Amino acid sequence: MIDQIKDFASWFFVTGDPLIYGADVAIVLTMAAIVIVLTYFKKWGWLWREWLTTVDHKRVGIMYIIASLLMLFRGGVDALMMRTQLAFPDMKFLSPEHYNEVFTTHGVIMILFMAMPLMFGLFNIAVPLQIGARDVAFPFLNSLSFWLFFFGAMLFNMSFVIGGSANAGWLSYPPLSELTGSPGVGEDFYIWGVQISGIGSLMTGINFIVTIVKMRAPGMTWSKVPMFTWSVLSSCIAIIVAFPVLTVTLALLFLDRFLGAHFFTMDGGGNAMMYVNLIWMWGHPEVYIVVLPAFGIFSEIVATFSKKRLFGYGSMVFAMISISLMAYFTWLHHFFTMGSGADVNLFFAITTMIIAIPTGVKIFNWLFTMYRGRITITTPMLWTIGFIPCFVIGGMTGVMLSVAPADFQFHNSYFLIAHFHQVLIGGVAFGYFAGLSYWWPKMFGFKLNETIGKWAFWTWNIGFYVCFMPQYVVGLDGMTRRVSSYGWDTGWWALNFISTIGGFLMGLGFLFQVWQIAHSIKFMEKDTTGDPWGARTLEWSIPSPAPMYNFAMTPIVTDRDDWWEEKERIAAGKAPKAKPELEPIHMPKNSPLPFIQSICWFIVGFGLVFHWLWIAIPGFIGVAATMLAHSFNYDTDYYIPVDEIKRMEAEARGGV
Amino acid sequence: MAQTHNRSQALAHAGGHEGHHDLEELRKFGFWIFLITDCILFSALFATYLVLHENTAGGPGAKELFEMPGVIAETFILLTSSFTSGLAVLAMNAGNRKGLIFWLIVTVLLGACFIGMEVTEFSKLVSEGHTIYSSAFLSGFFTLVGTHGLHVSLGICWITALIIQLTRRGITPVTRRKVHITSLYWHFLDAVWIFVFTFVYLMGVM
Repeated sequence: MIDQIKDFASWFFVTGDPLIYGADVAIVLTMAAIVIVLTYFKKWGWLWREWLTTVDHKRVGIMYIIASLLMLFRGGVDALMMRTQLAFPDMKFLSPEHYNEVFTTHGVIMILFMAMPLMFGLFNIAVPLQIGARDVAFPFLNSLSFWLFFFGAMLFNMSFVIGGSANAGWLSYPPLSELTGSPGVGEDFYIWGVQISGIGSLMTGINFIVTIVKMRAPGMTWSKVPMFTWSVLSSCIAIIVAFPVLTVTLALLFLDRFLGAHFFTMDGGGNAMMYVNLIWMWGHPEVYIVVLPAFGIFSEIVATFSKKRLFGYGSMVFAMISISLMAYFTWLHHFFTMGSGADVNLFFAITTMIIAIPTGVKIFNWLFTMYRGRITITTPMLWTIGFIPCFVIGGMTGVMLSVAPADFQFHNSYFLIAHFHQVLIGGVAFGYFAGLSYWWPKMFGFKLNETIGKWAFWTWNIGFYVCFMPQYVVGLDGMTRRVSSYGWDTGWWALNFISTIGGFLMGLGFLFQVWQIAHSIKFMEKDTTGDPWGARTLEWSIPSPAPMYNFAMTPIVTDRDDWWEEKERIAAGKAPKAKPELEPIHMPKNSPLPFIQSICWFIVGFGLVFHWLWIAIPGFIGVAATMLAHSFNYDTDYYIPVDEIKRMEAEARGGV
Repeated sequence: MAQTHNRSQALAHAGGHEGHHDLEELRKFGFWIFLITDCILFSALFATYLVLHENTAGGPGAKELFEMPGVIAETFILLTSSFTSGLAVLAMNAGNRKGLIFWLIVTVLLGACFIGMEVTEFSKLVSEGHTIYSSAFLSGFFTLVGTHGLHVSLGICWITALIIQLTRRGITPVTRRKVHITSLYWHFLDAVWIFVFTFVYLMGVM
């Protein structure tokens, strides 16, 4: 009996690895620190009322950003552990099993729990403000989306100290991810962590489509919509098309593991190839889902810091929408080598090459916007300029990979690894960092320190090239992905060692960013104007940080880059636009239900991971109860009276 | 914050809900987009079923297992429930609360009949030893048809909750929107069933 309990405990609380003991200690200390600080400063009530139950899109956005930066830290530590293991041949730092877990979690976390939430954070911060709306279309659903993401991510992250991590790669191909290949609970953690947060992402997609289509300020016709908002719309179109497929794929894999179904098994008539098709039908659009908003951010930043209207607005919109639609027809290029036949490979090779065209169009648009502009090199602009060569190289190696016969050589080699890190770090990460520093003053009312920001950019940028350029070469030399070690005789040592140095340089870049934020909080450069960059779109026409109701009066839009045109009119001595009278503002009430419901989903997920229905069933009942509670609640909104708006406006503009 | 809440409370109700009309329209539009995502979800399940439906692993296939009379009866019941949910909306548009509630109850009962028959079909198959783990074909069948059944069950709970709200609050802009949305959902499930009937049952036995 005692022995059984001991066995169970040593499996349940993954034991035997010093790195994991270290993680255990770190987790316990962090939790204790959070509890002590909140109790000491009596902040529990504040945390509950102002944050955990909030439906304010700006606060939801800030929570997304905080969570994603924590995940960037964890995914980054995973990356550095892998690079340490690969720095020298025959390293004994990570065991092969541990290495498998680390590359799996690195991929899942970076794409799903870092890039996606950082993107949703920026959606939430910028989109309603850019289109002159008071909120997103469904504030309650927005909060639910965030908490589903958060608890999905927590469930997934828990796996490495409780029960064991997934180790079948970030897309969990069967049969490796079936019970026969992965008998532990790691894959179930993967399934439920990704499933729960994926449902949140799907709802965010719906929410922002409705927001953008239906809630634009009067006068904002489609040809006056800011470019970031266009990019969000195209990204959300791809989300609503792709994410239901992910939901199905994970559900089917779960049925295989939980009920013994035969969708993707080797026996019983199952077809593992079906899984690979389905997961990439989601997975390929996913790549464009995360990169399109970055394109929108670059468009805003290039125009703002060149003091020029964006070049080729129409072609940019067309490029974005066509990418979001074409993304659905390229999935098969991820498995050219799996025997689909020449005709099928040909079709997907051509669609993959075609999608490079609209992307190229955008690069030229940004360059032409800068041409003869009055350029100021701020940190957001620096990230944008650094992105362009990086993305061009990444795009061209992508076209190389899209040549199906050549892909038989590059497939699953470090050449591929270097390619997708180049588009994802150079495109997505750089883009979101640019967006973060660009909209930071709008979120918090102060600017980030420029000097440290530039240090962060240069260490990231140089670190990137040092890390990934050698990987192209070592990939062509035959090094395949997912190998946990190699011998001296392969000749890969020097390139791997250089690559590891680059990895740590990027880690240093992250530390600079942390320092930048800490330093800027301490010595904040307050933004009293609401428009610190001299920018062009509506979000800069209101005070920083934006008041809870965003716009005291709904703006009436007459031009593209409306705020810029208004400033020009005033500078030319013309009268500013007439403003409508203040009216009471209709606001949604905060609600604890999204938070509670997401905890219930977490409980469901946890119970199903361990096949413990006695935990899962109460969780389900909780989910149903919170849904009903929401349906029966008719008291969901209130009005802010005019006097209150006047008082809050005066306070917000106090510094002016 | 809390003060703002209290002070504005009275105002919210005194000031009427002009904003509400737009809000309800917004929610309907959102629901249409949700239906698109649900369509794609079912498409993925249909695709999986169609890829796997001949992989019977030596066990019986669609021809041997499906009993059409029951399925045809199920189909008629579900189609009728779609019609009665339409009658509910007509009653609502005529301002007839009793009629609305009556037709919603009929819809729910028909839906429950449908689910009852489906459960009977499933349990018969299982008792004969044809389960979700017998073959890829049956995995696909139980999952696709079961997902539709789950949707219908959810719809039954949802409309039941709505009936309670209607008895308490009557026809307001909010309940009106909810009736529209549930009826949209119900018709959607009907349309999906027509595909299930065609691709799974008809093509299975032919």
